[in-house]
Amino acid sequence: MASGTGDDPILEVDRVTLRFGGVTSLAEVSIRQQRGELLAVIGPNGAGKTSLFNAITGVYRPQDGDIRFRARDQRPVSLIGKKVHEVTKLGIARTFQNIRLFAALTVFENVKIGIESRQRTGPVSAMLRLPRTLREERDGDRLATELLDFVGLRNRANDLAASLPYGAQRRLEIARALGTRPQLLLLDEPAAGTNPVEKAELEDLIRHINTEMGLSILLIEHDMRLVMSLAERVVVLNFGRVIAEGPPAQVQADPAVIEAYLGTRAYRAATGEEASG
Amino acid sequence: MCVTQHFWDFFVSGLANGFVYALIALGYTLVYGVLQLINFAHSEVFMSGGFGGLFVINFAIGSRHPHGLSSVWFVLVGLAAGAVTGGIVAYILERVAYRPLRRRNAPKLAFLISAIGMSYFLYNLAGKEFGRDARTMKPPFTVSPNKPLFTVFGAPVNLYDAVIAVSAIAMLILLDRVVQRTRLGQGIRAVAQDADTAALMGVNIDRVIAQTFILGGLLGGAAGFLFGLGTAGVSYTMGFTPGIKAFTAAVLGGIGNIRGAMLGGLLLGVVENLSSACFGASWVDVVAFYILVLVLLVRPMGLLGERLGRSA
Amino acid sequence: MTLRRVWAWATSLRGRQLWVTLAGALVVDVMTGPSGSLNDPTAGFAGSLLSRRVGIFLLIGFAFWLLVTSRERLAAWSRSWTAAVRPSRWLPSRWYRLAAYGVLLAVAIVLPLVLSPYWQEVAVDQIGVYVLLALGLNVVVGLAGLLDLGYIAFYAIGAYSCAYWTDSLPIHPPFVLNPFATIPFAIAAAMLAGVILGAPTLRLRGDYLAIVTLGFGEIITIYATNLQSVTGGSPGNSRPIPHFSINLFGLHYRWGIDNMPYYYLLLAFVVMVIVFFHNLENSRVGRAWTAIREDEVAAAASGVNTFRYKLLAFAIGASTSGFAGVLFASKIQTITPLSFLLQQSILILVLVIFGGMGSIPGAIVGAAIIQWFPNGLKTYVRKEDLFLYLGALLVVMMIYRPQGLIPSRRRARELALAESGLVEADALTTASRDV
Repeated sequence: MASGTGDDPILEVDRVTLRFGGVTSLAEVSIRQQRGELLAVIGPNGAGKTSLFNAITGVYRPQDGDIRFRARDQRPVSLIGKKVHEVTKLGIARTFQNIRLFAALTVFENVKIGIESRQRTGPVSAMLRLPRTLREERDGDRLATELLDFVGLRNRANDLAASLPYGAQRRLEIARALGTRPQLLLLDEPAAGTNPVEKAELEDLIRHINTEMGLSILLIEHDMRLVMSLAERVVVLNFGRVIAEGPPAQVQADPAVIEAYLGTRAYRAATGEEASG
Repeated sequence: MCVTQHFWDFFVSGLANGFVYALIALGYTLVYGVLQLINFAHSEVFMSGGFGGLFVINFAIGSRHPHGLSSVWFVLVGLAAGAVTGGIVAYILERVAYRPLRRRNAPKLAFLISAIGMSYFLYNLAGKEFGRDARTMKPPFTVSPNKPLFTVFGAPVNLYDAVIAVSAIAMLILLDRVVQRTRLGQGIRAVAQDADTAALMGVNIDRVIAQTFILGGLLGGAAGFLFGLGTAGVSYTMGFTPGIKAFTAAVLGGIGNIRGAMLGGLLLGVVENLSSACFGASWVDVVAFYILVLVLLVRPMGLLGERLGRSA
Repeated sequence: MTLRRVWAWATSLRGRQLWVTLAGALVVDVMTGPSGSLNDPTAGFAGSLLSRRVGIFLLIGFAFWLLVTSRERLAAWSRSWTAAVRPSRWLPSRWYRLAAYGVLLAVAIVLPLVLSPYWQEVAVDQIGVYVLLALGLNVVVGLAGLLDLGYIAFYAIGAYSCAYWTDSLPIHPPFVLNPFATIPFAIAAAMLAGVILGAPTLRLRGDYLAIVTLGFGEIITIYATNLQSVTGGSPGNSRPIPHFSINLFGLHYRWGIDNMPYYYLLLAFVVMVIVFFHNLENSRVGRAWTAIREDEVAAAASGVNTFRYKLLAFAIGASTSGFAGVLFASKIQTITPLSFLLQQSILILVLVIFGGMGSIPGAIVGAAIIQWFPNGLKTYVRKEDLFLYLGALLVVMMIYRPQGLIPSRRRARELALAESGLVEADALTTASRDV
């Protein structure tokens, strides 16, 4: 939960504009996320949500604006121009809309890759199997097991990642992201394509990550129920612009948001009758 | 400086090489446009065009000494023979080496390796069957191909250069028309832009790809004939070096960009020749390599940018 | 009506397989048949296709097709392929694997003693050195998925370094070294060259990397030939490179022209390299390479510095090649640019691919088998035709058995998954596919 007192932003997206040829993906988007906050980003398809993630993590470079990340007890750092792995090392991890696991590796190995990003032993030490390397291997194994326990995949540790059911794959991707010891976790539609049981498990997991592990979470989701249940604040994007921002209930009743999702007729209907609940 | 002495001489002979490179480069660029793949074995398409042209023209000329109009006729026959051979070999290449891999969703690495394999297979086959020495063509002209016809800025243009230039320009214009105006060209541009959507719009991807290979093969094969007309003749190893240089030319101009391939070829030919004037002939092959690295470092999309989808 | 039925069968799967098999039989016929020549270009084709041979080959092809496509056998055969691909099949227990390596080592130690001198030389010059080269390229191509076509250039750099530091080249070094002592210098030189070449080019697409490395291999040969005053040019170095020798702590040994001592030295180095690479593969480095190969974007998002790991693979491959170059130079004593041609880079690639990309035992076995061929079949196969066969082999391998003879477990899994469309199996695909 976000601290009630004071302003402690972990992420500041400052008037970011991202263009591809003739298409403007993000137009002067500004978002301010507090440390420990679970912030949801919603909007119709094509609104720019994944582009926002890509801009933050360095996959694309915005033409305008700045993105500042402030790790705990550190000064704010601009993310513009940083490479993807550098952003991860700073403390931001992400999952992908289309699940990008290392399919031919086992569940355990997938998580280890995330963990190993923070390790320091090099290739020479690895070739000679020096004690340093062996120690880091053991520590990494232990942490991987803990993370798999946390997401509930311990019993499938030696299965191939590709053999997991959908919901389990999503959880594995989250576990791998957690392996990089992030302070901010970007989740891109984690519940997409999951059945109700998997969805409930994911909801619990995400909430635990936020409350027990104390991570800030930026969540893209289409499932409104999930958003209402998890998010403290919601940001709504449409055509690359922020059209609304606030607590979930307030945003849900916002006429501009209704119009964006359902069109003008529904908007008129909503303002003509009672506001939809 | 070394360059200003005989600048135009080297420029003109460099252009002649450049036209050959341009024709070969088009094969690389066309295939790259539709498959995002370097057809390593294209150098062997070029080589086979050389042999095809050689055999046909030697057979056709027999013991004659053609001159005048019949010379033109023989050159055309040679070009056609080279082109057809190149087209056939390119088609075989696609069917045998690439299509099975496409069916299997093979990784890119597999395509490259298979292409290398085909390249080595083809040129060794040529060496085995046709002997490992260079063969010269019976000249289709009685005028010595190396006697200057006229001069440009004081540089002699000989018959050989003129034949290459005229043939090449004609073929380049033809290609441009095909790509811009015909159904086939439309198909190629569509697949180059977005293969999946093109398939959804009813374009037969397999056929377009095969036709693209053939088109590139026609040009490369014809280039082989033109190359063989020169004093070097035709040999089973003739494909390798021009192949790499033509690829460099394609990258220089912008891979996937037809006009780029043409420009790149000419530019490379000229720069190479001028360099050989300055640094000596034994270093000439190094120039292409350095140009390639330079382009890839400084402007990887090439001079004219990469695109086949739009109008080149 | 019957014509239509014939056509329907001919274009069915079995029918097509028959055409392919028969066409393949004809190709093999031509490949193994007589050669043409400058004055008689049709001699080869006529000799192969217009004689009794063609009948024999077509018959063999037909029989092969019958065997392979009869329903039950096809099912069993494809099961055996997929079984070979399933990871559990490959000696699950660590002790079994160690035992297998132990047996292999014992054979490697004992076998050459009973071979003829000709074969002993093959064992050193062609198999031993090339096993080392294959192991190195295996890291670059098999583990990191980078296509390096100029691999032999690093071999050359290692060899010339050895020649330089032992004062065998026209230019003189500041101090003269024993060939053993040149090893670190050669490795450093090769590694430096690898880094210089890799730094700008590894960020490029895989196809470009292949061409640039090819070009690099070519120009190293050109420089070696043209800079006669530095490298000795085409004739080679005038002063022979000394053989290895040890003069330490009372231990005196001098390697001479005898093959066997070199063989055992090579064997010791190969074992060392195998141990190092095996450790590397099962460490975070090996996992990072696999991640990069599978999904570069996801790897980067998981904190893997993809560029640095690619460069590392490249540098390790280059160093191994340079190392092999020293061994080669000191044995053969005279090196010329002709020792370092492009087709050797391709040959090493064939060894790795045939044996199994990414697989250490694969690289060893692949090298041994392929290098045996031109020697073992010397009476049946002409030496010049070697690459005819290797080229065909590459194509056939890529279509029918891309994972190689002894697939690495991960690689085999990847290829199986790629085939079912689930995954793109290497680092050559453009990275920014719908993120």
